[in-house]
Amino acid sequence: MALLEIRNLHVTVENKPILKGIDLAIDKGEVHAIMGPNGAGKSTLSYVIAGRDGYEVTDGQILFDGRDLHELEPDERACAGLFLAFQYPVEIPGVTNTTFLKTALNSLRKSRGEGELDAMQFLKFVREKAKPLGIGDDMLKRAVNVGFSGGEKKRNEILQLAVLEPMLAVLDETDSGLDIDALKIVAEGVNMLRGPDNATLLITHYQRLLDYIVPDRVHVLADGRIVKSGGKELALELEAKGYAQFSGAEAA
Amino acid sequence: MAAAPETIDQLRSVTDEKYKYGFVTDIDADVAPKGLSEDIVRFISAKKGEPEWLLEWRLKAYRAWLEMESPEWAKLKIAPIDYQDAYYYSAPKIGDGPKSLDEVDPKILETYEKLGIPLKEQEWLAGVAVDAVFDSVSVATTYKARLEQEGIIFCSISDAVKNHPDLVRKYIGSVVPYTDNYFATLNSAVFTDGSFVYIPKGVRSPMELSTYFRINAQNTGQFERTLIIAEEGSYVSYLEGCTAPQRDENQLHAAVVELVALDDAEIKYSTVQNWYPGDENGVGGIYNFVTKRAACRGKNSKVSWTQVETGSAITWKYPSCILQGDNSVGEFYSVAITNNCQQADTGTKMIHLGRNTRSTIISKGISAGRADNTYRGLVRIQPKAEGARNYTQCDSLLIGDKCGAHTVPYIESRNPSAKVEHEATTARISEDQLFYCRQRGLSEEDAVSLIVNGFCREVMQHLPMEFAVEAQKLVGISLEGSVG
Repeated sequence: MALLEIRNLHVTVENKPILKGIDLAIDKGEVHAIMGPNGAGKSTLSYVIAGRDGYEVTDGQILFDGRDLHELEPDERACAGLFLAFQYPVEIPGVTNTTFLKTALNSLRKSRGEGELDAMQFLKFVREKAKPLGIGDDMLKRAVNVGFSGGEKKRNEILQLAVLEPMLAVLDETDSGLDIDALKIVAEGVNMLRGPDNATLLITHYQRLLDYIVPDRVHVLADGRIVKSGGKELALELEAKGYAQFSGAEAA
Repeated sequence: MAAAPETIDQLRSVTDEKYKYGFVTDIDADVAPKGLSEDIVRFISAKKGEPEWLLEWRLKAYRAWLEMESPEWAKLKIAPIDYQDAYYYSAPKIGDGPKSLDEVDPKILETYEKLGIPLKEQEWLAGVAVDAVFDSVSVATTYKARLEQEGIIFCSISDAVKNHPDLVRKYIGSVVPYTDNYFATLNSAVFTDGSFVYIPKGVRSPMELSTYFRINAQNTGQFERTLIIAEEGSYVSYLEGCTAPQRDENQLHAAVVELVALDDAEIKYSTVQNWYPGDENGVGGIYNFVTKRAACRGKNSKVSWTQVETGSAITWKYPSCILQGDNSVGEFYSVAITNNCQQADTGTKMIHLGRNTRSTIISKGISAGRADNTYRGLVRIQPKAEGARNYTQCDSLLIGDKCGAHTVPYIESRNPSAKVEHEATTARISEDQLFYCRQRGLSEEDAVSLIVNGFCREVMQHLPMEFAVEAQKLVGISLEGSVG
């Protein structure tokens, strides 16, 4: 059974059809990439998996680890092991990164019936996770994403990913706005977390992220449908030829 | 603040209870006849065995009150209050008053324990002395002996009248005169108990002093009066907490707090106010009309007010500083949360009289449900306040689309060298923030609590440790049901 299985998914936003029948299956241990032009529905797919309000599933279903996600609230999905790295991470003034991470981790642990980490245990844990990402204590003490540069925000998303250790990570345009050095740090962070029991869904416009995080499968999303799937070489083909070949679908 | 995750656990443990302090203690009480008259004022004074001068002072206040009218200027809708339909004195029957904690009615000790305030010294947080006020009287004061070693007087105001009459007579009404305003004048006539603190010259209080106010009896007003005097070069941190049972009728609470800081003295006064707020339709709840004022009389004196106001159906409260001494400092840090049908009109007054006086005002108003939340503040620079400085920041946060936030600053500067700054913002709790937190595993209510605690952080960090966790927890509880 696939970890994530999307069947014939139709989604509307404000009554406008955005996704028009998506089928996708991701197994444990795999990395899939979804590529596509702007407006294809990439972010909609990530939000609907995470359960954001305002994205109405009109047909089809999303199964995660065998459970129908439709029944679950966003926090229940997170507790079930689903993580979304945001394209635009949100600022939370007055709440330190450490407090936020600790609150989130303990929520997840509690839902799994595990004991909570106290302040000292957590600090030790988070420092270990933060170090390879070049995140020091100063950044842990700052308010969540407040005054962070674009690169810091994306690294912070990967830190959350590393701390929360989900079964499925959806990375929505995590490469956008990153220079090459920041991109490498982020990619290394994601690669370190790859394992036989988890999976990653990369959503990206550009191929360059895939130089650093090599996917098992690449899917092209255009006009709300997956129009082509293939191995990692498909990404290179797209890089060379662009999305124009799918423009017929896009024009709709 | 690092305590937030603990906060959220505690929040979780009480999420089924809307107002967990709403219970009633069944206890024999000594109650004055219903209504308000000169006879009742005499009755209260006699019950307390007060000296003649204090009775006269009360009667003057009562006569002044009869001539006054309830203030109408606040942005509050208040049903008319029938002052004859309330009891002005209710004391648990305890004979001549407990000599020690062993003599306090076990039911009362139990009540405070349920409230999380064990009065047995060994069980209470080390380093906090407590005066427990139950309806009209103080039932227990802890750590008296330890404080006496330092020369600190911490007792009920009734005891202070008996044992330290000269101090009381010198200072009572010296900051809030009995003619001050409708509610303070009423309080002056019928005040029943409250706390008294005296810190001698040069002494730093070795522990936090705290009063826990509890309204228990039905149809009873609580009129406490607190007086704190900090002599030259002394320091004290004082905490105040309040709860009341859940009842369908409104109950009146009209307190007066007077602080006096002499040369180089510092008083830090913190409040966590959690009177019963009424139900979600606005039935019941405490009417909280409070006059709190500090006189920074001495040079370099400092008074800092920190308040977290989450309870009460109506809050009318403006803790103020009269900055009389040169270089004196006044601070006001406030979080006011209103949910459902609660109304709050709160703020401060900073009156700059002395040279180089400084004041800081940080106000965080959070409004949810159908509630109205008003910041009302006055900064007045008098002609002799050369070099006076004020900085004011008022931030409002709205949850939902049926509540209101209002900011009414009054700024009067009569000295051209003064600098006065005012900043104000209003924001809505964003759907992006909520979704972001929930995607990380926080329930909607935990997410609101976390975001609002972040919004209040600048104020919360001024609370003493002992109160900070409780206050953060309250923020979450008082906003339950405000989203979704």
